[in-house]
Parts: sequence; structure tokens; C-alpha cells
Amino acid sequence: MADQMLHITNTGRSKWRDRLVIFLMAAAAGTAILVTGGIVLSLVFETLRFFEKIPVSEFLFGLNWDPQTAIRSDQVGAEGSFGAIPLINGTLLVSAIAMIVATPLGLASAIYLSEYASKRARDWIKPALEILAGIPTVVYGFFAALTVAPFIRMTGGQFGLEIASESALAAGAVMGMMIVPLISSLSDDVINAVPQSLRDASLGLGATQSETIRRVILPAALPGIAGSLLLATSRAIGETMIVLMAAGLAAQMTLNPLDAVTSITVQIVTLLTGDQEFDSAKTLSAFALGLLLFVLTLCLNVVALHIVKKYREQYD
Amino acid sequence: MINFTNRAGFNLKGRHRAEQRFQWAGRLAILISLLFLALMFATILRDGSGVIRQTQIAVTVDLGADAVDPQDIASASFDKILKSGLRDRFPEVTTRKGKKKLYNLVSSEGGFEIKRAIVADPTLLGGAQTLWLTASDDLDLLIKGKVDTTLPEKQRRISDTEIAWATELQEAGQIRRVFNRGFFTSGDSREPEIAGILSAFVGSLLTLSICFLLSFPIGIAAAIYLEEFAPKNRISDLIEVNINNLAAVPSIVFGLLGLAIFLGYMGLPRSSPLVGGLVLALMTLPTIIIAARASLRSVPPSFKEAALALGATPVQAVFHHVMPVAMPGMLTGTIVGMAQALGETAPLLMIGMVAFIVDVPQSILEPATALPVQIFLWADAPERAFTEKTAAAIIVLLTFLIAMNLVAILLRRKLEQRF
Repeated sequence: MADQMLHITNTGRSKWRDRLVIFLMAAAAGTAILVTGGIVLSLVFETLRFFEKIPVSEFLFGLNWDPQTAIRSDQVGAEGSFGAIPLINGTLLVSAIAMIVATPLGLASAIYLSEYASKRARDWIKPALEILAGIPTVVYGFFAALTVAPFIRMTGGQFGLEIASESALAAGAVMGMMIVPLISSLSDDVINAVPQSLRDASLGLGATQSETIRRVILPAALPGIAGSLLLATSRAIGETMIVLMAAGLAAQMTLNPLDAVTSITVQIVTLLTGDQEFDSAKTLSAFALGLLLFVLTLCLNVVALHIVKKYREQYD
Repeated sequence: MINFTNRAGFNLKGRHRAEQRFQWAGRLAILISLLFLALMFATILRDGSGVIRQTQIAVTVDLGADAVDPQDIASASFDKILKSGLRDRFPEVTTRKGKKKLYNLVSSEGGFEIKRAIVADPTLLGGAQTLWLTASDDLDLLIKGKVDTTLPEKQRRISDTEIAWATELQEAGQIRRVFNRGFFTSGDSREPEIAGILSAFVGSLLTLSICFLLSFPIGIAAAIYLEEFAPKNRISDLIEVNINNLAAVPSIVFGLLGLAIFLGYMGLPRSSPLVGGLVLALMTLPTIIIAARASLRSVPPSFKEAALALGATPVQAVFHHVMPVAMPGMLTGTIVGMAQALGETAPLLMIGMVAFIVDVPQSILEPATALPVQIFLWADAPERAFTEKTAAAIIVLLTFLIAMNLVAILLRRKLEQRF
């Protein structure tokens, strides 16, 4: 009894202790802001130093990517050329292939799982698909480079096509398979959020189930689905290992999926691995590419998250 | 009115067929995805399972006092001893080229292996001894049947002469296949037959420990604050948006952050598990926070209200009554985050964890590499024998990931049972 009395009257000390605990927890939450700040500051700072050496216009609009390491400091063309357009071209080509593969597969699986599958089937199929999302990207890269790329090359050879051993198609197709569960689980949530009354109304008017899905549910879920596709695109743009291992290093302007291409992420890796001087334009350009990538994916993410959130509120 | 009814019945068969087609499209999509998964696993298992067994070759070597001085073992040339042993086995080989091929039957580490055998058992000294030595990667592939011997001789790495030797040795019982302990107990090597995953595995373990020690407490604390204590104002909204966006930032950008701040600005040692763990911690933090918040939200508010009504302070109510209930969910989120971190490669490449590491790292400040990076390095290596190692390393990595996810699933089940 005396103990409890003491505890209750002793609030002064525990009040301070509580405040300290809350303050520490707030500081932990603040690290999230700190990390974003750190990313932005470090990228912007190094990028500004890069633009002291190379004009912004060359980086953003140049059609030639060929960073050189100077052997002598007075060498002609020692800096190389830093036009990012071929890299953006390669990144978008691989991402587009990935989305072409992933969108129909992901959407069709989501529709089947949310509208047709029995609960039992759903309980098995959903985790099985999620496995695809949990496999490390380096494993996909290995599979793309050692199995899928030679297969594409062989198949192409039978039709008389010359295909490079590394191609945008191999990387893009495998990346697409990786993204399927992302699209399917996000779209699944979105489709499930469509109110049951819409389904009942459509079915009650005599529409078949597929007509209900195509004409009522999908239009109603469209904003959310668009959001999930945007998130998936952002994931594809930021993917490194698959492209690094299966799409090659050739920076070229091409829309041919059978060519070898390179991406922003791959160039960041190749510029920064191995020996390097810290202040060369070559090293700094990796940070400029990093900033470009960050801004690109951030825009996609902000728009996508906004759409998804808006959509959820609409039916809540 | 009649017209309307007709329209509803119009082409009913066609509409039902369309319904069937639509359903089959869904089934097909799921089937394709799962088939792809199965194909990928099957390929990796096929390529990697061979690593379990390794080819050894019996060589009789002269360890007499002329060749090895028992007082000074280190001074002996074990490569020479090995080579003469091989020449004695196949005395018909006389040309320089032929001898070179002959020496290539045994791993280039063969000399070291003889030395190690002697150090372990000095009684071997004093005469001729038959030792089992690791075969070269080419011979290993041949014995495992991974060399297409029907190809023209020039298109394969192993010639007809070598195949004849191998057959002769096999018939004489001088080739055997044993459990490949070296793969699990040694570090990386330039020679595929010697290379193992231990150094990369320890590197991953150290990196992941740092990652866990940082991201778990910070993530949980941040989640509790945001869910239970944060005032609803613009700052907490900002933090919320911020965390959701951080979770979707490409991992390579975290690598750039680590390179610029931890290596460039703070001067922490390059390639070390410390920096790797820091970078991965920043990367997994959003995952943990989001999962932990969801878990806290699922605790019925009555728990907290009951504690508050009995006179607990808000901090006591949360720590003593809400957190224990939410713990399984928070742990699940943490394990999922750790699994993500274990498989992450790109940011580690940025901070130099791609070094060629033979020795097992002893501390978090020494240069190290990690399992996924090792996989990447081996996948890039030109020797065909590394393909097998790569696939085997992937199997090891996936085994750990599956184990972690199983734990997470079991925890989630437990959580579901409570309510």
C-alpha cells in the first residue's frame, strides 16, 4: 500500500523521465528527415561541383556518354563527354519492356485473385507470388545473364537475327517478372477497396462477372491502379543489378530491345567502383546521375502515393 | 420493352464465352509468374547442386629427406614435388606442352595442400606418400559431366589427351568425389576450385548485425513516437510523407549517400561492414517504421485507455501495455527489413565492399564483402567453373532468406491468434 502511494505521489520525477523518453523517440523519428536531408545535400553538393567542370546543358541534353579518365592532365579531350540522354534512353527502354511484361501479368493476377479465386487458392497463390518480390535482385541478374539472355539469343538466331549476348530485352523481361507481385498486390488492395454495392448493382442489372469487372470495377479503381503502375515504374527505373548484369555497358541511342543498352544506375556503379580520384569530373558525374535518378523517382513516387492515398480516402 | 428484353438476352452465349476467356487470362497470368519462379529455382538448383561434391585426385609424391627437410618444411618446393609426382604417374608425357597440361589436372593450390597435410601430420615425411589433392576446375567439370565432349576439341577447354588421362585415373580408382567442405570453410580465391563463401558470409553477418543494432531501436522508437505521441501538425505530416517516400528511393541512392557522407565526410574505413551496416540501416529504417506503425495501430485502444484510467502515465501505458502486444508485428516488420538488407547489393558496391577478400574479416572495421556481392563478383568471373559456385552461393543466400521469412510468417500467425 505504501509503495503504491509513493508511486502516485512521485509523479514529478517520472514526468521528467517521460519527457526524456518522448524526446528521444522524437529524435529517432527525426532521423528520417535527416536521412532525406543527407541524401539531398550530398547529391546537390557534389553535383554543383560537377557542373563547375561540365556545363549543365551538356549533361542534360548531350547525346554522347563517354566519360574518360585522363592519363595525363593536359591530354586532349581528357574530360570525355557527359551527355546523359543515352543513359536516360537506355533506362526508359529497359523500364518500358519491364512494364510491358509486368502490367498485364500483374493486373490479370490481381483481378483473378480478388474477384474469382476461392479463399483457399488465394491463401496459397498470394504468398507464392510474394516470393518473387523477396528474391534478391542479384539472383534475377544471374538468371537473366546466364539463362534468359542466351535463350533469347538462340531463339533470335533461328530467325536469322543477330542479337548481342547482353540485351535490353533480357534485362527488361526478367525485371518485369520481378515487378509482377508489386503491381498485383497494390492493385489487389485497390480493387478490394471498391465498394461491394457497385458490384452488386452491376450484377443485379444482369451483367456477367467479367463485364462488371471491365465496365464498373476497373474504371472505379483506375486512379489507384495508375498509382500502383507509377510506383512500379519508379522501381524499374531505380533497379541496378539486373541491368548491370544482363543489359551491358554500351551507352547508345537506340529503341531496339535486342541491342545492348546501359542505364543511369549501371553507370553510377561503373563510375564509382574500382580505383578513382575523388575530384575528377568522372567521379562527380555519378552524383549528378544520382541526383537525376533521385528527382525522377521522387516525382513518380510523390504523384503515385498521392493518387493512391486520395483514392483510398474516396471510398473510405 | 420487348426490345429491351431481347437485348439482355442478345448473344448470351458469346458473353459467357467472353467470361470464360477473361477468367482464363487471369489463371494464365498467375501460371506464367509461378512457372517463371519454378524455372528460375530449378535452373539455380541444377547449376549449383554440384558444389556439394568436389573432385579429388590421388597423387603419389616423394616426401623423402631429399625433397623435404624435416627440420625446415617451409623451405621445400612443394610445387616441384607435386609436378614430379604427376610426371611419374604419366611417364609417357615428355613435351613441354604436354607437361603443362598434366600439371593442370591438379589445382594450382596443390602444393599448399601437400604442405598443409605435412604440417597436420609430420609422420608423412620420409618416403613416398599417396595424397588426395583437389582437382583443377576443368577436371572437376569433366568428371561432373558438365563438359560437352562431343564438341570439336578446339572449342572446349579440356583436350582429348586430358580426357584420356582422366579416364585412366578413374579406372585406376585414383579419382574420387568427396563432400566439398572448402566451399563453406574458406574465403574467396582466384581459383574456382578453392573459392568458398565463408569470408562473404561473415561479412554479411557483421554488416547485418550493425544494420539491426541501428535500425531496430531507432525504427521502433520512431514508430511509437509517430503513432502514439506526435502532435498532429505539419511537421509530423512532413515526417510521414517523408518516410513513405524514403521507402521508395532506389537503393543505389543510399549507396551514394554513404559514399559522400560516411566515407567522404566522416572518413570511416572504406569497404568495412560498419559503413555497409550504416547504409543498410538507413535503407531498412522506413520499412521497419511503416510495419511497426501498422502493428501499433492494430492494438485495440482499450488497452491503452485501461492503463491510463488506472493512473499510468502515457509513456507507461504505451511501453507496458501497447508495445508488448504489438511486438510480434514489429518483429515481423524488422525481419522482413533485415531480409531485404541481406539481399541488397547495389549500395554495397558503392561503398567499396566489392574488394577481393580471401581472409575472414575479424572486425567491423576491416575490408569485407557480403554474400550478394560475392554472387555478383563470381557471376562476372570468366571461368566457367564459377557458374557453379555462383549458383551454390545463391542457394545459400536464398536458404537464409527463406528461413528469415518463415520466422516472420510464424510470428504473424502467432499475432493473428491473439485477436
